[in-house]
Amino acid sequence: MSHHIIEVAGLCYSYPDGTQALRGVSFRAVHGESVAVIGANGAGKSTLLVHLNGYLMPSQGKIRIGDLPLTKGTLQDIRRTVGMIFQDPDDQLFMPTVYDDVAFGPINLGLPPDEVDARVNKALDLVEVPHLKNKPPYRLSGGEKRRVAIATVISMSPDILVLDEPTTGLDPLARRQLIGLLGNFHHTKIIASHDLDMVADLCERTIVLHEGAIRADGPTADIFRDDALLAACRLEKPLSMQGCPVCGAQQAKEPSCAK
Amino acid sequence: MTGNDKQLFSLNYLDVISRQDTALHRLDPRAKVLTACAFIVVIMSFGKYEVSALLPFFLFPAVMIGRGNLPAAYLARKLLFILPFALLIGLANPVFDREALLRVGSVSISGGWVSCCSIVVRFVLTALAALILIATTGFMGVCAVLERLGLPRVFTVQLLFIHRYLFVLTDEAARMSRARAMRSFGIRGMTLKTFCPLVGHLLLRTIDRAQRIYLAMVSRGFSGSFKISSTLRFGRRELFFTAGWTAAFLLMRMVNLPQILGRAVEGLVR
Repeated sequence: MSHHIIEVAGLCYSYPDGTQALRGVSFRAVHGESVAVIGANGAGKSTLLVHLNGYLMPSQGKIRIGDLPLTKGTLQDIRRTVGMIFQDPDDQLFMPTVYDDVAFGPINLGLPPDEVDARVNKALDLVEVPHLKNKPPYRLSGGEKRRVAIATVISMSPDILVLDEPTTGLDPLARRQLIGLLGNFHHTKIIASHDLDMVADLCERTIVLHEGAIRADGPTADIFRDDALLAACRLEKPLSMQGCPVCGAQQAKEPSCAK
Repeated sequence: MTGNDKQLFSLNYLDVISRQDTALHRLDPRAKVLTACAFIVVIMSFGKYEVSALLPFFLFPAVMIGRGNLPAAYLARKLLFILPFALLIGLANPVFDREALLRVGSVSISGGWVSCCSIVVRFVLTALAALILIATTGFMGVCAVLERLGLPRVFTVQLLFIHRYLFVLTDEAARMSRARAMRSFGIRGMTLKTFCPLVGHLLLRTIDRAQRIYLAMVSRGFSGSFKISSTLRFGRRELFFTAGWTAAFLLMRMVNLPQILGRAVEGLVR
């Protein structure tokens, strides 16, 4: 028995205004797998992600998280299992201090105060920002906010992490550090992103969404080599797989034009 | 910083000063809430022509500001900001109540002016007490205590949401007005034609944003109530604080100190 498995079968969803956002999405992610969900704007990535912790209920189809089917009755368990990290950390951080924010989840889980305290400290240590504990979230930099947002979810000890565009708005170093951080997590991860270089670094498997349906699902390296597929889905190869902009050569171990 | 941003920052500032570490801030929030309630009830119990008996009550905010290391100028500015509301209520009195109540030399002062003055003094005292309460306890703390003291949860959660979304709303409004200002090339003020769609848009944008925040909250197990992690302790210090101040308020309510003082001075002069 494992809580770390996600199973989505025939998932369809239409928004109240009639827009059909998902048309029969099916996949299965197993324990410890990192799966990227990529696709153009409006392909249905975000809609798919918010289904995974039951914020939206499928119009059609089924979702299983671990041993539990997603229903109204299992919602609380599923939300504890699936940690969701939002695109805009400002939406995620709503308490007066970083400490309160990271403690929000554990307190709602009904944990005793000393356990809450231990979890908050551990989560902040893990994302390497224990010094921000007493600061108000709106005073942090973009990179710090992102780390705290991750800590708010980690403190609930989820088995699965769902991340929506984790690298947007970060400077190159903060982005690199975040990739390193996420690489160290052993959770099952579902990451939606336009940052295909990060996908190439972090995810061994990629799902390509196009107009609400899965267009391709396979090893990341294979998907990124398929030029026709990428072009049809309004995507491009990651920069690290494109030719050197100066001499046109493919990148080898060393940058090819650096002499 | 635009005017809106500044206003927002000064709103946040109340939360910032509520996180200081003084003996007053460390006091159990329940003691502070109960004392503030007692203060407000006693102030409200005075008759409508009472002014002089209210003056000793300024002792309470003065001591709190001193002990809590609170910025008096900032609190005064906040008071000025809401003073017009009190004046609006009080200013009708001199018009309707023209009966002379006291004479200073040859000038007679009508009951209306006295009661207007009383309203303003009472307003300043009670609003100051509320501001001080939040500046020493924090909004979350006050709400948590109100719930614990028996206020229905619907109200406390509502208050907290208003507090939270106020920032979301002002944030969005500031961004939109900045975007408008940058493309209006020095034309100040807004015509109704730009104002209406702007407000409509603001509503839609904040609803969207509020929905995302709510989603973040339910994702982390929010189920209708805010829980505070810190353990509360109503000890001897708290008992002393609450009982001491309440007794002082009752004493000031029953004995009109300025009047006694005035009579004593009068007696000495004669």
